[in-house]
Amino acid sequence: MSDTITFTVDGVEVTGRKGQTIIQAADDAGIYIPRLCWTKKLKPGASCRLCTVLVNNRPTASCTQPIGEGMVVLNETEQLITYRKNLVEMLFVEGNHFCMFCEKSGNCELQAMAYRFGIAAPKFPYMFPKRELDASHPDIFLDRNRCILCGRCVRASRDLDGKGVFQFVGRGNHKKIGVNAEARLADTNVDVSDDAVGSCPVGAILKKRVGFAVPVGQRLYDHQPIGSDTEAKARRSARGK
Amino acid sequence: MKSTNGGKLIVLEPVTRIEGHAKVTLFLNDEGCVKQARMHVIEFRGFERFVQGRPYWEMPVLVQRLCGICPVSHHLAAAKAVDRIVGGENLTPTAEKMRRLMHYGQMFQSHALHFFHLVSPDLLFGFDADPAIRNVIGVAKKYPDLAVQGVMMRKYGQEIIKATAGKKIHGTGAIPGGINKNLSVEERDVFLRDIDKMLDWAQSALKIAKDYTAENLDRLASFGSFPSNHLSLVREDGALDLYHGNLRAIDAEGNKILDQVDYANYLDFIAEEVRPWSYMKFPFIKSVGPEDGWYRVGPLARLNNCDFIDTPIAEKERKEFVKLGNGKPINVTMAYHWARMVELVHAAEKIKELLNDPDLQGDDLVAKGKRRREGIGLIEAPRGTLFHHYKVDENDQVVMANLIVSTTHNNEPMNRAVQKVAEEYLDGKEITEGLLNHIEVAIRAYDPCLSCATHALGRMPLLVELMDAEGNIINRKTRD
Repeated sequence: MSDTITFTVDGVEVTGRKGQTIIQAADDAGIYIPRLCWTKKLKPGASCRLCTVLVNNRPTASCTQPIGEGMVVLNETEQLITYRKNLVEMLFVEGNHFCMFCEKSGNCELQAMAYRFGIAAPKFPYMFPKRELDASHPDIFLDRNRCILCGRCVRASRDLDGKGVFQFVGRGNHKKIGVNAEARLADTNVDVSDDAVGSCPVGAILKKRVGFAVPVGQRLYDHQPIGSDTEAKARRSARGK
Repeated sequence: MKSTNGGKLIVLEPVTRIEGHAKVTLFLNDEGCVKQARMHVIEFRGFERFVQGRPYWEMPVLVQRLCGICPVSHHLAAAKAVDRIVGGENLTPTAEKMRRLMHYGQMFQSHALHFFHLVSPDLLFGFDADPAIRNVIGVAKKYPDLAVQGVMMRKYGQEIIKATAGKKIHGTGAIPGGINKNLSVEERDVFLRDIDKMLDWAQSALKIAKDYTAENLDRLASFGSFPSNHLSLVREDGALDLYHGNLRAIDAEGNKILDQVDYANYLDFIAEEVRPWSYMKFPFIKSVGPEDGWYRVGPLARLNNCDFIDTPIAEKERKEFVKLGNGKPINVTMAYHWARMVELVHAAEKIKELLNDPDLQGDDLVAKGKRRREGIGLIEAPRGTLFHHYKVDENDQVVMANLIVSTTHNNEPMNRAVQKVAEEYLDGKEITEGLLNHIEVAIRAYDPCLSCATHALGRMPLLVELMDAEGNIINRKTRD
């Protein structure tokens, strides 16, 4: 039995390996599916829902759905793009995201996603929630104002660092990133070199005293939209043919 | 402008061609004499409160957001303060020169903007010219070459800011203990190509301000003028230094009140008074007291205070400028414009000097030392001395911030200028737009920028008094 599976994304034939999810196979084929909570290093969390695609016309998180032979996947439909924009806009209004003085600006996946989608300002009203900071750790700064509850730190701490420093606490609007069940970061065994610290897509978990060391113009998304590296792969492959 | 006849209250709102929002109220008696004139600052900002809790390294980027006009000044003053927090105040040559280049670029573009866009209509067309032509469009139509120079000089300064700070507005270049980039040879060569032209144009602008002052000295000598103290930073050898130095203050006769005072001790020498009718505080020199201890800052104060300028053309021009005072400080309010243009030339000369300095291409960008819990940074912003003061806790979070900005220092002088002009030009006359513009002309001399100058926090107590022509209060309502 063959290990390869062939399916289509927006009409383009893609060949993936058995056991891959749609987002993994699409990445390998140079097709970018927007995502915030998924990274290659972590097990999927499927919480941000930004990677939702239509599989045989059914909305499905592409980070958890394994590919299947003959599957018809739609990624860039007008409706899906609208849904994704709305999700990104809701993330912006739900927290306190002040890009203008955030040191993650230019390297922030949420900001970069908004730029990719051409979102100049959210259409929903800002909620301006009151969120807590945790600056107790000598080398790590936790700013919950900017947390989008993607859970990457939760999974990284548990699965990669083997520590379980971060968890979700509370429900609904009150849900937040907890630290060892309501402790302070200084009271945990978290270390600045932990994968959990480097996993944050936004400016919520920061290494202290890094600040604005990278000048404007040299930041990750200063010149190319997020996802460009994946899409460049497809262009290179097309040129090769 | 709006006026209420019968009552005797005249309100100028908004004051035009300044940076920010303010209004002036004039209270006249039955004979039309000015009983009281005040400039009220009607913006509200709360930065000192809401930076509390934020990490100190955010300050240079966060606090500059309180203004889009001279963010570089706040960026650098905050950076100087946090330099002390990380023990990195002894900057590497590359870091200090990059910051200076950024600062002179800011000074160059800000002074050019003020002179060409905001002030030149008054000088070129007259204070009481038809407002339809007394504006920047009028200047562009009648003096197109001058208008283009103004725009291009501003652009040049802005491009320098972009090359040093990363962005023309609200950049990130200055970081605790240094700078995050150097200047590439390619960037340097672009600026070197045009610097001589900028220097020529700056000298032309200076000539306009100088000739205008000389030709109209009889009238300008008293226009909104009054004796005052002057405060600024000066270098250790007494030279004009816009980026760093110690505090010097002189009185109206030129006697030194403060000299070579380490600005880290500013609280021993400067205090602020709150008055209920303005969001802006009134600073004064403690040893002189609130009544007489107020002072002017900015180009006029800097040129009165410094012993010399360390660039040749500006120094020659300074010597000519100080003749106006006959051996004493110059207290002519309208001389601010001339002084500002001397600084414009100085900034251009400094930019040229720095561009030819290979240290700008160095790689040693950040210095660090002993960590402190408190940092104070002062700089000479385009409008005058700017104070930033932060305290941080053991977790790196800011627990206290105090900002005293240039326009706040000039609060009392601006109010005095308004009162003086109102008495001299409006008393007993039929009030016209042209006459009212005289008041705005006096305010514009200070190039006030009000967005960062307002400090009061919380729910402002509001007092409304209704007065008859005799000044008797006939009704009074308060909200606490």
